[in-house]
Parts: sequence; C-alpha cells; structure tokens
Amino acid sequence: MDQINLKINKGDIFGVIGFSGAGKSTLLRTVNLLETPTSGKVLVDGVDLTTYSAQELREKKKEIGMIFQHFNLLNSKTVFENVAMPLLLSKVPKNEIRQRVMEVLRYIGLEDRSNAYIHQLSGGQKQRVGIARALVTNPKILLCDEPTSALDPQTTKSILNLLKKVNVEYNITILLITHEMEVIREICNKVAVMENGRVIETGNVLEIFSNPKEKTTKNFVQSVVRDEIPEFIIKMLQDDNPSKRIFKLKFIGENVGQSIVSEVAKKFKVDVNVLFGNIIELQEIPFGNLIIEIKGDHRECERAIQYIRLKDIQIEEVAANGSELRNYSQRNFGNLIYG
Amino acid sequence: MEVSYEIILNAILETLYMVSISLFFGAILGFALGIILVVTRKGHILENKWIFGIINPIVNIFRSIPFIILLVLLIPLTRLIVGTAIGTTAAIVPLVFHIGPYISRLIENSLLEVDDGIIEAAKAMGATPFQIIRKFLIPEAFPSLVLSVTTATIGLIGATAMAGAVGGGGLGDVAITYGYQRFDEMTTLVTVIILVVFVQIIQMIGHKLEHHFRRVS
Repeated sequence: MDQINLKINKGDIFGVIGFSGAGKSTLLRTVNLLETPTSGKVLVDGVDLTTYSAQELREKKKEIGMIFQHFNLLNSKTVFENVAMPLLLSKVPKNEIRQRVMEVLRYIGLEDRSNAYIHQLSGGQKQRVGIARALVTNPKILLCDEPTSALDPQTTKSILNLLKKVNVEYNITILLITHEMEVIREICNKVAVMENGRVIETGNVLEIFSNPKEKTTKNFVQSVVRDEIPEFIIKMLQDDNPSKRIFKLKFIGENVGQSIVSEVAKKFKVDVNVLFGNIIELQEIPFGNLIIEIKGDHRECERAIQYIRLKDIQIEEVAANGSELRNYSQRNFGNLIYG
Repeated sequence: MEVSYEIILNAILETLYMVSISLFFGAILGFALGIILVVTRKGHILENKWIFGIINPIVNIFRSIPFIILLVLLIPLTRLIVGTAIGTTAAIVPLVFHIGPYISRLIENSLLEVDDGIIEAAKAMGATPFQIIRKFLIPEAFPSLVLSVTTATIGLIGATAMAGAVGGGGLGDVAITYGYQRFDEMTTLVTVIILVVFVQIIQMIGHKLEHHFRRVS
C-alpha cells in the first residue's frame, strides 16, 4: 500500500471498494493495527495508534469492533459464549456480562438462540452473532471486512439494514470493505475506490455514482447503475428512421427526471416518449437515467434540449451506433448535488 | 498349559501404572512443547525464531531415536530422577521422553488446524497472547486434541511393551518373557487379547469424547 490518505468522520459509513488484491483488506487491518504500517500514521480520535504500547493498543482495540467475511466465530462455544468473549477478556463481572450479552442479542434478534452452537445457525445468523460480538463492548468504530460476501442477496440486505441501524442508533462509525458496489449503494455515504494498493478515487457516494472519473470506478458504478444504451434502442435508430432523435438524461433527486418529460412536452411543440429508464435509490434520493425520444420540428427540439440543459440535467444524444454520444451539458454534473 | 492369572493381573496393573503416569507427564511436556512450536513459528502470535529454532530440532531428535535405544540412553538421567534405572517406575522416565515429543507434534498439528480467522478475531478484540492460547486456540482445537491424546495413549501402550528391557514389567513384558521365551502361546494370546481390548476401549472413548466436544448434534 502506498500513499493512502483517508479521513473518516464520526458517524460515516465509509465504504472501500476494490477488486481482490487491491489492498483494501490490508487498509482495513491497519486501522486496528492487525497490520502495522511500515511508515505513516493511523489516527483514531486524533491519536496515532502506532505510538501505543502493546497494552495500550489492546485497550484501544476494545473501542474498535470488527466483523469478518467468514464470521470467525468459535465453533466450540455457544452464541452466548461467543458474544460474551470480549467482555470475558476484559474480566467484566459475570452478572454484568449476562445482562449486556442478552441486551445485544435482543438487539440483533437472536436472544432465543443464545444457547445454540454456531454450526446450528444460518449464514445470516452467524453474521448477526459476529455483529453482536463486535457491539458488546460499545465500540465507537466498527470495521467490516466483506461482511456480506459470503451471504445470499436477501440475507445481505438484512445484514446491511442491521449495520445501518447500528450506525444510526448507536452513532457508530463504520468502515467497510467490499467488492460489491451494491453494498456501497445500499448503506455507505462515503466511498473510496482502491486499485493496486492506492486509493484512486474518493468522495461522497452520490458524487462518485453520478460522476465517476477513473475507469475502475466507472466499471463499479456500472455494475449498479446500468447506463449503457440498450440494444433495442440502437436497433431502433439503425433500422427505423435515421432522423429519430433519442436522448439520455441523467438525473438525481425527486421530480427532476420524471417531471421534466411532461414539462417539456407542455412547454414546447414536441412529443416526448420515454423508451427506457433505470432508477435506483442512493441515500434515499432517486438517481438514474431515462432514455427518451423527442419528436417534432427541429427548432422546437433544440429549444426543448436547451431547456432541459438549463435545468442542470445531463442530456446526451444517442447516436446510431450507440456508443458515441453528443454531450449537451457543459456543466459538471457532480456540482449539481451540492450546487 | 496354565495361564497364571496372578501374573496377568499384575502385568495389567503395571501397564496401567506406566501408561497413566507417563501419559500424565508426557502430556504436560507435549502440550507445552506443542504450544511453543505453534505460537513461536513465523507469523504467529509470539513469533520467536530462536525458541522455535531450538525446540523444533530437539523434538525431531527425540522423535527419531527408537524407543529401545532411548531407554538405554536415558539410564543416567533415570537414575538421577528415580534413584534406580530398573523397574516399573524407572521405565516411566524414558516413556515420558519418548511420548512427550510425540504428543507435541500431534498437539502442534491440532492447533495449526485452527482457522487463522479465529486468531485474527481474537487479536481484534484485544486478547493477550496468553488469552489467545487459553480462550481461542485450545477450545477450538479441543476435539482434535482429544484425538491426539488418544493416539498418543495407544502409542504409549506399545512402548510399554519394550519397557521389559529395563525390568519394567507390564503386559508386553509378560507376552515376551512368558510367552515367547518359554513357548507359552496361551499366555501370549491372552496378553495380546487384553492389549487389543485396551486399545479398542481407549480408541472408543477418544472418539466419543471427540464427538461430544465437536458439538455435532
């Protein structure tokens, strides 16, 4: 890893995405010094962890919970004993342990399985136990190492919801690594993209999704927001009427995308057909693209396009070969979010 | 030909005595060495190339000496510890030195089977190296450790047969001195059957315990 400089704020759900071998796992392990950096600092609450003694570090680690892709639970112990382990290590009195563990198990919804052994649980339940074990010491930070990569999509969703709930209700800062953009989309507010041991792009999730700069980032974004032109539209352009004008609109936020279509149709003497749409939710804000056809007199069409452009919506014309797009938008789309 | 039940019974007691005492000390030695061999190896929680570099070849040396030779080699040490080099108690010293290093390798294997992720989780929780061994490594390896000790116990029964060379007595000794040297096939047969039954029982107990601790319902 080389020249990595990340700042994670309190309350963030910060996602680090990259292909395997990108160094994200090492990065995560540097935060609780499971990996010691050869140079550089790891500041947690403004204090450099690399200056800590082994004993101080062990104490500090109790404020940093961690969950793992393969859960790393003790098969020889029950759910209760697994969750109790961090408290046991700190020599917390027995009755206090009992109370706290049951409290956390209730929170994650597994209090009725407290006497079960790990092999009797499903993958999702195992990860819940992992989360409970991480939460039992009331940490300020939760490190998540590919928390859902071993789970099916439905279970993934429930685990991500739980993490989000933990973040909001306990105000725990979450640092999460993953290779799935879907995970980032679902819960993160900030993201860093890693490649070859470097952070190649970082920022607000909305910003990165709407305006990815690096190729790898674009690939990741496309895995969630499919913005290539569908085959049937390219066919339509090639076969039917070559004078057909098809546009792609990218938009963020309520109303913007949907209402612009009817607005334009009313304001100008043009017909607008929605051909295709792809809308996802990013931090509770709709985000996506629409492919529309604008029919009408050339001048009216141009005026309509200008109008859309002035509304700060990115609009591109789809060419007959589908790949070349004429960009009508001069302004950087990324500014739209905050501007 | 008559089989002397008194001799057989006495031999059984001698075998049990030698096996249990040398297993007890051998297991302590073996666990200690096995744990050291695991935690001091490269990349482990108490990596120490000096300790590992010394213990590892010593264990190999003891493992490579045939027991019958070790028995003789250790006579001065045995004399130092128990006062005599002959008799059942005297046989225990070489038995411990034979089985200890053997157990250490079995323990080492068992502990190495524990998923690295478990150790990582322990470290992330801020466990001390001692806590990692006590609360994570040993409990997780426990079913496998039980099997290791079972295997070692059976190996030990075999080794006690050779203890006859230093007047150790036991079932093996009876089989050789009464059976083989005096052409008393019946005694040989009876002692061998008893040994077989012993081994079966120990293996069965080992499997049962392993199964119990493996927590498979």
